[in-house]
Amino acid sequence: MSEATTQAVSQDGMTGMVDDWSADRQAYHVPWGKAMMWIFLVSDTFIFSCFLIGYLNVRVTTTDPWPPQSEIFALSFGGDPIPLILIAIMTFVLITSSGTMALAVNFGYQKDKAKTFLLICITAAFGATFVGMQAFEWSKLIAEGVRPWGNPFGAPQFGSVFFMVTGFHGLHVTGGVIYLLWVALRVKRGYYDNKGYEIVEIAGLYWHFVDLVWVFIFAFFYLL
Amino acid sequence: MAYVPLADQDQDMEMHHPHSWVEKYVWSQDHKVIAIQYGGLAVLTGIVGLVLSLLFRMQLGFPESVNFVDPNFYYQAVTMHGMIMVVYFLTALFLGGFGNYMVPLMLGARDMVFPFLNMMSVWTFLISVIILMASFFVGGGPTGAGWTLYPPQTAMAGTPGHDAGIILMLVSLIVFVVAFTMGGLNYVVTILQYRCRGMTLMRMPLTIWGIFVATVLGLFAFPALLVACIMMLFDALLGTSFFMPAVLEAGTPLDFEGGSPILFQHLFWFFGHPEVYIVALPAFGLVSDVLSVHARKNIFGYRMMVWAIIAIGGLSFIVWAHHMYVSGMNPYFGFFFATTTLIIAVPTALKVYNWLLTLWEGDIRLNAPMYFAIGFIFTFIHGGLTGLFLGNVVIDLPLSDTYFVVAHFHLVMGVSPILVLYAALYHWYPKISGRMYNETLAKVHFWLTFLGAYAIYLPMHYLGFLGVPRRYYALGNTDFIPLSAQDLNSSITIAALIVGASQILFFINIIGSLKWGKKADSNPWGAASLEWQTPDTPPVHGNWGENLPTVYRWAYDYSVPGAAEDFIPQNMPESDVTTAQYAKSSQGNDE
Repeated sequence: MSEATTQAVSQDGMTGMVDDWSADRQAYHVPWGKAMMWIFLVSDTFIFSCFLIGYLNVRVTTTDPWPPQSEIFALSFGGDPIPLILIAIMTFVLITSSGTMALAVNFGYQKDKAKTFLLICITAAFGATFVGMQAFEWSKLIAEGVRPWGNPFGAPQFGSVFFMVTGFHGLHVTGGVIYLLWVALRVKRGYYDNKGYEIVEIAGLYWHFVDLVWVFIFAFFYLL
Repeated sequence: MAYVPLADQDQDMEMHHPHSWVEKYVWSQDHKVIAIQYGGLAVLTGIVGLVLSLLFRMQLGFPESVNFVDPNFYYQAVTMHGMIMVVYFLTALFLGGFGNYMVPLMLGARDMVFPFLNMMSVWTFLISVIILMASFFVGGGPTGAGWTLYPPQTAMAGTPGHDAGIILMLVSLIVFVVAFTMGGLNYVVTILQYRCRGMTLMRMPLTIWGIFVATVLGLFAFPALLVACIMMLFDALLGTSFFMPAVLEAGTPLDFEGGSPILFQHLFWFFGHPEVYIVALPAFGLVSDVLSVHARKNIFGYRMMVWAIIAIGGLSFIVWAHHMYVSGMNPYFGFFFATTTLIIAVPTALKVYNWLLTLWEGDIRLNAPMYFAIGFIFTFIHGGLTGLFLGNVVIDLPLSDTYFVVAHFHLVMGVSPILVLYAALYHWYPKISGRMYNETLAKVHFWLTFLGAYAIYLPMHYLGFLGVPRRYYALGNTDFIPLSAQDLNSSITIAALIVGASQILFFINIIGSLKWGKKADSNPWGAASLEWQTPDTPPVHGNWGENLPTVYRWAYDYSVPGAAEDFIPQNMPESDVTTAQYAKSSQGNDE
């Protein structure tokens, strides 16, 4: 499969695109799994867009004032509380994991199994750290009285959106960690030596997508 | 056919061959078995939807003498009828059924790209149907909020099924979206990446184009439904206020505040309008192929037909709010959405003209599939014309929520796709089953269905003009509605009962023909597209024997001057066209 895809030389630019789309057999010179992952991610983009648009909409329609996020998500390390510090660390962790994932893809194509395995595991560990910090954030907010149906700071939709959107994203990250560990295990066992290492890149696509979605959640929910 | 060794095929697949009866027919990974499972389940669910409609029609037609339909059950029946027919019947049958069966066969592939995922899709669909049907057996029964499930009505105590019923409905829809996504990703990737040699996108039959664009629409539109369902589930289970404003229930304020019911309408119709085309586009494709084969002519304006499908698909995402003219939007929105809505009439009319021009001077064979296909053109034109009325804001306002709307959408997306379904089922029945159906019975079935459908839906237009509101349990003594409206209602009900009963003819035909039908040739209609050129009828697992076919032309070479036959199969090389007798050249081991 991988041989065939590398043989096909596609031209750049418009000509290449027209050639690809008017060709027989396949429109993209990629394995089936990669094409499917891309289309799935576009579909998933619509899901998160609907969540964020829904959130912006209720933020406008609700009659109560929107709670001050920067104060709610502030954390004190002995001194004055620092706004959004936990979220900043979480974002940093997740973006870093994108870097290690990209390295894993690189070493995957070099068929360096040991390094690929290690880097995927590091990526998964960063992901698990992110979910752990999210769990900490959830329990902190729950302890302060934030519930899906109401909270002491203002509009009840704040809690609803918080738990729904971060929960849905957290499920994506958790699923991604499990997916990555499964791929890592198979890399270690040499399962992809014959099938090709595109699967590492496919898993990587999903992982980068989850990171990218977080950037939007960070911007629209925590900063706005 | 040029010999192409398996090793030369890019991305040929490893087949998972079944080892037992259970693996062959139950946990099957063969797209054809999955298609029949999907289709069969969709039809069974559709029968429930049909029976529900007959029950509430009896109440509407004879409110005095029918006493087994109370107001609550009436609303539940209407709701479940709508949701079942649109989502669980039409979407599942067109994409799960025909999509699964036709995509690999028409493209010259062995199966879908990920057969296991495909199998998961059908079983997940079964789970969603079971959850949906379970709502009939829980306390309070299924939801009666109307198939659009508008809040806050869904959650209010006055609505039947406001507790368990609506929750099961939402969970079932979420599971359905998951099932559809698994199947849909498979169809799209198969169409883009797993075509046989020579099969370019612009040589694909229009059936595949319809299924392809409809599936893409589904993958981008169902997310809105999924999100709407999750948010409403939160409202119902956790007491959040996404869609629920501050509202009084029997004088007592409920625990909700600040939600936006209009937000639900936007999310729902952002799914709901593309959904219309998810149903219609596969129907457009299938009917194009049926018309072309039985008129012995190439489809008129193939390229324009393809671009029309794509244009309709694209436009369908920016028209959704024409369902919400009476919701209280900014009037400028109405202007925008009316404009985009009416623009859709251009590619749609183009398709209708092309169907008519395909028939023009064709060597028309009036078989049962052709009856249904021509019947579709009639009902689609009528349903489409009333769409022009309803697309305009000023005309929609008085007609909204009357029977005019019911008549419009039933003709255009109920009757029309169902006529195509029958055309397609009769047309491909010989390939799917290996037997011929009974032609006479099929034609009786056509006339009863076609004329009956008009007897049902034409009078509804008049009811709509009279201002008879839809969703009413009984008309009662409403001053502005003349008493004769009730007579019209009774006649509609009688027609509905006859049409409903006459569908039994179809089941007698297809089930009886399995046993008593004449053995079918591999290509009884003389069709050029690839699914009729399989070495076995019905096709076996893997579809193509040892070698995948190679395609040399488009799927519509009928009555070509100089050719030996009046059709040229897609996989016939140029050198054979003038000499080859079809039966000798391309058929393998047919009996």
